[in-house]
Amino acid sequence: MTLTATAKAAPPPVPGPVTDGSSAVRRTWRRLSPYAYIAPFFTLFAAFGLFPLIYTAFVSLYRVELQTPGDMEWRGLGNYTALFTDEFFWTSLRNTFTIGVLSTVPQLAMALGLAHLLNYKLRGRTFIRTAILLPYATSVAAATLVFAQLFGRDFGLINYVLGLVGVSPVDWQTGTVASQIAVSSIVVWRWTGYNALIYLAGMQSIPGELYEAAEMDGASRWRQFVHVTLPGLRPTIVFTTIVSTIGATQLFGEPLLFEGSISGGISHQYQTLGLYMYEQGWGFFHLGRAAAIAWVMFVLIVLLVGVNALIVRRRSRKEAGR
Amino acid sequence: MPICRTVRTSAARARSTGRTLGAVVLAGALLAACGSGSSDSSDEAGGKVTLTVDLFGAFGYKEAGLYAEYEKLNPGVKIKQSDTEDEADYWKSLQTRLAGGGGLADVQGVEVGRIASVTQQQSDKFEDLKRYGADKLEKEFAEAKWSAATTEDGKILGLGTDVGPEAMCYRTDLFKKAGLPTDRAELAQKWATWDGYLDLGEQYMEKAPAKSAWIDSVGSLYSIMIGQEKERYYDASGELIYENNPAVKSAWDTSVEAAESGLSAKLDQWSPQWNQAFAAGSFATIPCPAWMLGYVKGQAGDAGQGKWDIAKLPGGAGNWGGSYLSVPRAAEHKGEAYELIKWLTAPEQQAKLFEKQGNFPSSTGAIEQVADAKDPYFSGAPIGQIFGEAAKAAPVQVLGVHDANVAQQITNALSEVERKGTAPGKAWSNAKKGVENTIG
Repeated sequence: MTLTATAKAAPPPVPGPVTDGSSAVRRTWRRLSPYAYIAPFFTLFAAFGLFPLIYTAFVSLYRVELQTPGDMEWRGLGNYTALFTDEFFWTSLRNTFTIGVLSTVPQLAMALGLAHLLNYKLRGRTFIRTAILLPYATSVAAATLVFAQLFGRDFGLINYVLGLVGVSPVDWQTGTVASQIAVSSIVVWRWTGYNALIYLAGMQSIPGELYEAAEMDGASRWRQFVHVTLPGLRPTIVFTTIVSTIGATQLFGEPLLFEGSISGGISHQYQTLGLYMYEQGWGFFHLGRAAAIAWVMFVLIVLLVGVNALIVRRRSRKEAGR
Repeated sequence: MPICRTVRTSAARARSTGRTLGAVVLAGALLAACGSGSSDSSDEAGGKVTLTVDLFGAFGYKEAGLYAEYEKLNPGVKIKQSDTEDEADYWKSLQTRLAGGGGLADVQGVEVGRIASVTQQQSDKFEDLKRYGADKLEKEFAEAKWSAATTEDGKILGLGTDVGPEAMCYRTDLFKKAGLPTDRAELAQKWATWDGYLDLGEQYMEKAPAKSAWIDSVGSLYSIMIGQEKERYYDASGELIYENNPAVKSAWDTSVEAAESGLSAKLDQWSPQWNQAFAAGSFATIPCPAWMLGYVKGQAGDAGQGKWDIAKLPGGAGNWGGSYLSVPRAAEHKGEAYELIKWLTAPEQQAKLFEKQGNFPSSTGAIEQVADAKDPYFSGAPIGQIFGEAAKAAPVQVLGVHDANVAQQITNALSEVERKGTAPGKAWSNAKKGVENTIG
């Protein structure tokens, strides 16, 4: 009744006012809709990213076992302080670093070289550019299983080839250096093409005139690479270094599947931090300790990225001052 | 399916009222819910119950044709088995699923090294089989087997499948090439003690074919020796005693001796390399609990037929392994699952499984049935007699919560001695640190 009453009281329904009313709705919608569009990500992030992160911090203060998740025993920072005297933690930290260097440095160097070659006018360029991305598209599991076969001690292809040139078989799984090289090689194989494509994209944004000018000055291809390509690629290189550093710190799938051992070999010789966390959590079922390791890894990554950024900023300031 | 449909309409209504945000989130959640539900319902469409069975290693039910037989006897049931080779991996994923309460099969296998953990820590996560009348079966099983799966307050959490009476498997063709006798009785006499076994190993290595060692790994040597002991890592009161247990020390010392004399092929048990080595002849002997027979057959394949033989174990009888079948609380078809495991562990089926796959029965009735069994794959070895005698003489072992973990750390340390040449003292202290890290 009230509805009809107001309708009567209101001016006759002409198109004008109606569009006015709906345009107000539309305006609010226009203002709010971007939030609605990005909301799914943030909702999912809150549920599957933020909540686990906070919950992990909470769990890391307790003694919790996977077999009896109901009994939580307060430990305060005990899980963290225990890490300082935990030999296995330090081993895995050291391994993470050495495997990180062994995989990241050759990976980025090779990617740079590859990108430089791909930047020339080659026949079937698109095909080659797609092809170098293939290792990246392969699943870690499949790649690692193949590599584990190649690196087999008794029946592996690599030892067979080494045998042809008179090198006695290497126990790729047991030796500390040998096993770390083997694990790194899987990482290098998977990520080189990916980084090469990023470098290639960066190279194509370097103006061609610079190269022409350098060529007029009589600079060789190598000098062009050093004096034109590298400085131009600086931001890209920084980006790939940061991404690879994060990847190396989190390295997990390759060492886990390499031998199927959660302890990273019989004497933890290639156990990374990620793998040690997994061993604590899902091998020994100490969820509290695993959570503490997860947070230490998180802080470590933040620190590494921070240091990276600092170095970059200082260098650019120096260059700006020059 | 109907659930999915109703939800979709409510999602549509939500969108029409303009709350896009809610709809998108809702739809996302629904998609996930519908996706996981639909695969199960399609199985039941034909009126059949699909029982899932999740196992590790080589239980051999499928190979022995037992599933097919059960499906024929119970036309309403279909059995789907999944299998993980390495028990450590299997246990890990089982624990994760038990903690989350999802993804569990109707029937889950449990290794004897874990059964104390189940009865002492997780009795609320598995069905008490007494509810289905399992207490009537008690007399059918060997006493030790039965009591290990019973909790203090009398819950029955698993039905025993096989036990692991121990023997030694060996390759007659390699023995011949190295000039060693191949007769089981003669060998049993020569390796009546572990020293005799190591001596024979040294003789073998002198004339062994290229790339062939005496034993697969010192880890398996250690495992079989520790199986001959009553008390190992825990004492009867549940105290951890492995550090000062002379039985552990003696098994460790003998294994170290074998490693240092270069008798081992330095393989890692359950690894792909180990699997390949069965067919390649990389080792001449392998410690053989009864369940290993099926594994050897699987890995060495038809080409190995008649090349293998079995003799009595040096140093007396022992038991390594054996398993249980359990029904988790979160299983979908508990009643049907119980019927299946009751049938699979009944004497007739255990006897059949032994004759086809070698898994030695834990059912007393079945043990009597198989006394005369012979295995043509292993040169007609009288497996009924060899394993039967070992089963009778094997000690009843004291089981502890972390048995399997302690064993894993010790065999890891032995591999260090074997493969890296680590000094035994250092390796032992590594093992101790490993155990502390595991249990702590």
